[in-house]
Amino acid sequence: MNLVPYLGHLVIRFTEHVGRLFILIGRLVISLPMVPQKARLITQQMLYMGVNSLPLVLFTSLFTGGVTAVQAAYQFRGIVPMTYLGGAVGKAVVIELGPVLTGLVIAGRVGASIAAELGTMKVTEQIDALETMAIDPVRYLVMPRFVSGIVMLPVLTIFSNFIAIVGGLAVSVWFLDLTTYSFLNSLKMFFELQDLLGGLLKSVAFGAIISIIGCYNGFNTSGGAEGVGKSTTRAVVVSSILILLADYGIASLVFG
Amino acid sequence: MIEIIGLHKKLAGQPVLKGIDLTINKGETLTVIGRSGEGKSVLLKHIIGLFRPDSGRILIDGEDITSYKISELYRLRRRFGVLFQGSALFDSLTVGENIGLGLREHKIYPESEIRRIIGEKLARVDLKGMENKKPAELSGGMKKRVGLARAIAMSPEYILYDEPTTGLDPITADSINNLIIELKTEPEITSIAVTHDMASAYKISDRIAMLHDGKIIFTGAPDEIKNSNSQTVQQFIMGKARGPITNF
Ligand SMILES: Nc1ncnc2c1ncn2[C@@H]1O[C@H](COP(=O)(O)OP(=O)(O)OP(=O)(O)O)[C@@H](O)[C@H]1O
Ligand SMILES: [Mg+2]
Repeated sequence: MNLVPYLGHLVIRFTEHVGRLFILIGRLVISLPMVPQKARLITQQMLYMGVNSLPLVLFTSLFTGGVTAVQAAYQFRGIVPMTYLGGAVGKAVVIELGPVLTGLVIAGRVGASIAAELGTMKVTEQIDALETMAIDPVRYLVMPRFVSGIVMLPVLTIFSNFIAIVGGLAVSVWFLDLTTYSFLNSLKMFFELQDLLGGLLKSVAFGAIISIIGCYNGFNTSGGAEGVGKSTTRAVVVSSILILLADYGIASLVFG
Repeated sequence: MIEIIGLHKKLAGQPVLKGIDLTINKGETLTVIGRSGEGKSVLLKHIIGLFRPDSGRILIDGEDITSYKISELYRLRRRFGVLFQGSALFDSLTVGENIGLGLREHKIYPESEIRRIIGEKLARVDLKGMENKKPAELSGGMKKRVGLARAIAMSPEYILYDEPTTGLDPITADSINNLIIELKTEPEITSIAVTHDMASAYKISDRIAMLHDGKIIFTGAPDEIKNSNSQTVQQFIMGKARGPITNF
């Protein structure tokens, strides 16, 4: 009986969020010409997002590359010659695993901390203080995080691709009796620039998603420390879902 | 001059302000007193456009700000300094950067001049040489004083104080009172303070207004409020648990 009003309520809330999200994106776009003036803030964010996330990304990528090699070898056995392993690992990593895993790892690390930081600023009235000082919070807080996100995610993804392939190579040579030469040769043979660029395009989109969703949830925080916890969780969940959706969307566009 | 006319505001479905009428004259310090949760902070936030009223008008020097666009609000806000209830210092910035943020963002002065102003404002609130401390290293009273230095950094015409003395020891509270009084002597500064600290209200105010049940139920000079024959006003200023406010 109560289901209809409840669903109606959900639809209204969802529409409201989408509307407010687009208002935020609009204000962000308007603030983009200010990028040169905010170079210092952007650099700070890039250091935090990029350099400080590197160890985690590299660790994840190394093992993912290794696992990819083991599993591809398992699937190849008796069907495909092992000399194709390098190409298979390379494609899987560059198109899908590098960008998506980097995106998910950064959504957990950076998206969460953006939401927590801005959420805390919101509940302690620091955002109101910015507003009263006639400083646009979108220009001062969102824009540097967005620019840093769309630049650093591809950079991290390139590192991730490289290390994952190294991981795959190491496993192939040490445990699967392949030579370095045959691995690299097949990697080179199957390499296509479109794969790499498609993967990097994904990572640009993921950088935008992580920064915008993190900021949006931070700005919409209310209710003290508990509220900050909730928006942090929501930021990670929503950006992870959107990353997977965008991954599918871009994959069908570029490779479909 | 600030004129608030018939201001109504509901928050989360609950009416908070139910028809506020209040005028603050140029150069005066007016204090709004009232119980916790009456909507004093909400009232202050309307004056700088952080909240938009459901109905009613707010005139600043004769201009209705309730229909202002965001760019017009930003221009207006540069003439205001606000001390927030919880100080609201930016905790990623040092004390000096907090005070200088507005000046730097709006590029009003060259860097050397900004440094000089930061030093001057810090000296003014008795925190000389604290530029490089982080807000987390400060006590509550020091934070309030940094918040005050930040509020006056841009030499505002209007200063809004949200509970400037709440949570401070009586001596620190009194030093804040003195600072507020000192700032008053500067020509043309108009201030609105919000508090439930009556000692502070008597000391700093030219006039006191009492907010009760969403309306201003009294305005007058400190002496007048002490002699008010309203039971509601007397219960509040005497700090009595029994009386018309609490229905005992
Ligand atoms: N952003 C908001 N959203 C919803 N309700 C709010 C919001 N801000 C304030 N309120 C509600 O409005 C009422 C007035 O709050 P306000 O902070 O103005 O009280 P106050 O008089 O300043 O109290 P205190 O002396 O404790 O600071 C409270 O009931 C509060 O819950
Ligand atoms: Mg308050």
